[in-house]
Amino acid sequence: MRLELHKVRIENVSWGETTEVRRGTLSINREEMLAVAMEEPRFAHAELEITRPGESVRIIPVKDVIEPRCKLSGPGEVFPGFVGGTCTVGEGSTLVLEGAAVVTSGSIVAFQEGLIDMSGPAAVYSPFSRTNNVVLVVEPVQGIDQHSYEAALREAGFRLAWYLADKSREAEVDEVKVYEMEGPVKESFKYPHLPRVAYFCMSITQGLLHDTFLYGADMKHLVPTLIHPNEKMDGAMVSGNCVSSCDKNTTWHHLNDPIVEELYERHGKDLVFLGVIPTLEDTRLAGKERTSSFNANLARSLGADGVVISEEGYGNPDTDLCMNAAKCEKLGIKTVVISDEAAGTDGRSQGLADATPEITAFVSTGNVNEMVELPPMDRVIGHDGSISNLSGGAEESLREDGSMFVELQAIIGSTNELGFSRIGARWV
Amino acid sequence: MKMTTKTTTQTTTTTTTKRVVCYINQFFAGMGGEEQAHVPPLVRPGAIGPAAQVQSLFGGEAKVVATVICGDSFYGEHLEAAREECVRMIGEFKPDVLMAGPAFNAGRYGVACGDVCAAVTEGLGIPAVTGMFSENPGVELYSPQVFIVKTADSARGMKDALGAMTSLARKLLGGAPLGAAEEEGYFSRGTRRNFFYETSGARRAVDMLLKKLAGTPFSTEYEMPVFKRITPAKPLENLEKATIALVSSGGIVPRGNPDHIRVSSAESYGIYDISGLDDLTPDEFESIHGGYDRVWANEDPDTVLPLDVMRELEKEGVFGKLYDHVFTTTGTGTAVAHAERFGREIGERLKRDGVDAVILTST
Repeated sequence: MRLELHKVRIENVSWGETTEVRRGTLSINREEMLAVAMEEPRFAHAELEITRPGESVRIIPVKDVIEPRCKLSGPGEVFPGFVGGTCTVGEGSTLVLEGAAVVTSGSIVAFQEGLIDMSGPAAVYSPFSRTNNVVLVVEPVQGIDQHSYEAALREAGFRLAWYLADKSREAEVDEVKVYEMEGPVKESFKYPHLPRVAYFCMSITQGLLHDTFLYGADMKHLVPTLIHPNEKMDGAMVSGNCVSSCDKNTTWHHLNDPIVEELYERHGKDLVFLGVIPTLEDTRLAGKERTSSFNANLARSLGADGVVISEEGYGNPDTDLCMNAAKCEKLGIKTVVISDEAAGTDGRSQGLADATPEITAFVSTGNVNEMVELPPMDRVIGHDGSISNLSGGAEESLREDGSMFVELQAIIGSTNELGFSRIGARWV
Repeated sequence: MKMTTKTTTQTTTTTTTKRVVCYINQFFAGMGGEEQAHVPPLVRPGAIGPAAQVQSLFGGEAKVVATVICGDSFYGEHLEAAREECVRMIGEFKPDVLMAGPAFNAGRYGVACGDVCAAVTEGLGIPAVTGMFSENPGVELYSPQVFIVKTADSARGMKDALGAMTSLARKLLGGAPLGAAEEEGYFSRGTRRNFFYETSGARRAVDMLLKKLAGTPFSTEYEMPVFKRITPAKPLENLEKATIALVSSGGIVPRGNPDHIRVSSAESYGIYDISGLDDLTPDEFESIHGGYDRVWANEDPDTVLPLDVMRELEKEGVFGKLYDHVFTTTGTGTAVAHAERFGREIGERLKRDGVDAVILTST
């Protein structure tokens, strides 16, 4: 399976007469794009805002972030099940507006959304402080339930991300990156002496605004399955989560999965990359047992010697993490897990809600509770008062001058458990 | 909310000479061995014994203004008096930092160094550094509060120990940001702090897995915590006479959240009188939990905190009496240390009030 990512680097974003990319600037016809957003009947009102890295801007509350992509060739369309049909993706070529992002915002859906600061001390924590962001701020129609509102906002994000890429087909491509790999059997024959590695992409699938979708299918109703890593790059997995923002995998993270990137890079040199196993985090014990057994069994069927396991969220998913690692290790399959910690604001509490001795290789992506001081920003997109209701915030978080004292978990992507950033908690 | 030690790393560098007080025992002061271990605290101006080396390591950056000396037996046998006197003596010199020891593997000396450092940090609000061998009992006793540099087991390691202690003291004095325990060579104080590694978490994970697969050494970034196992209480013998309480981490509170319990990472819980109530109505109660979809909990708060059913069972005589208060918090992202405290406090109160059993509802 061969996929070419045709990357157009976006250095700037501005309003313009036509939506297109010219010399690194993403120019947007605001009315046209707004009309695409307003195709959604569940929105009473929508606004579009743009903001660039380095500006004194705070975006809050943020639900999802999506990188603009569209298919140039090959079967299907990006975000299958939503924008595209349900045909499998990951082949041909895909246009990527690298350095641009669609950010969905608006009156709060639930308590677990986050914030992005485009400059200042919070900017080092979020990849979205470094993207040129087009922010959709919406008000839903009255009387709509939260589940419909979440769906409407989620789908609008994908549509707008596709719209921006679709209008940029004529743009000059800065880089073509090729991802080519056969399935696990053929690749294992090619490199018989290298260790075979699979990747469990644990995803929050708890229902009640805590969902992940695979080809449009609500993952909580699935058992773990296998996909080719290229499929992720075309948006096979997307976020439907209103979970704590520091460690939710936004759709942008799924598209730019750093574990896929690392394993691809080492493939054929240090290891054989067997593929991605999108897996669940069920709320029920029986679901956790079933899922972890399926995962370990899938890894064994694939002939895996080792597995990289990433968590999404914290708390009860720590149990899924433990079960996945323990069951693989018992089959002789070596594991490494990536997770953040909830060690308390003073960093002195134990960081996981569950533990197992089989987890001997743990990569930390930081303590979500560590406090950070955020100075006021000149401009707020959205509503900064919502910090009092967000995870990591409290009623006293927002001060009169607009500054905030919050837990790191209020910043979206700050402790991402795909290991996107360099952050990690250490003993002091 | 405290930023803990972070403030010490954020002080800006100044060119003024810092003031250092050293603490040593009678032996390193050249007063004698065991036969002089009973000497009470005394102070000498300037740098005595190893303090002279501390002075030369600091160069012009800092001046050792005094050395406080105390016999090891005296400190151990008169812990509170010795501590008080030493802190008073040290405080009079208005130091910017205290350097104690190093104590190597000397147990009583280690305890004295750890204790005086802890007292000075707390009482004078200045950083303190000491040094010990890993098996010194002072490490276990004081490493949670005190910066203890790892040293050899005897004074043969004096040069390295003082070098490491001085380098750490410089950082605590604001010279450079404090690094992780492993890097700086001190015993961890049991505190996790965020740092930026050279490489991404994903790369570190693949590197670690490849090492694990190859059977080569690797170091995990977090050792698995060991959970306390609580033995469950014995089953009730007589349900018909039992008083039962409702306790929930599901975030059901009186509307408006009068106690300002946080939606996540809660550091408090609420206690609410339900003695006159048969039902939790949405007019009076709501869920403020940040970790689940509250739609149905807000339509009927009994879904999470089942007062209505409990009242019915109470009336039917299935159990004796429903305790007249409920305890609630939001159980999402809550630090285990806080959760333990909630549990202990709630348990103590319920026991005091003669409650026989508790129904815990979670979400």
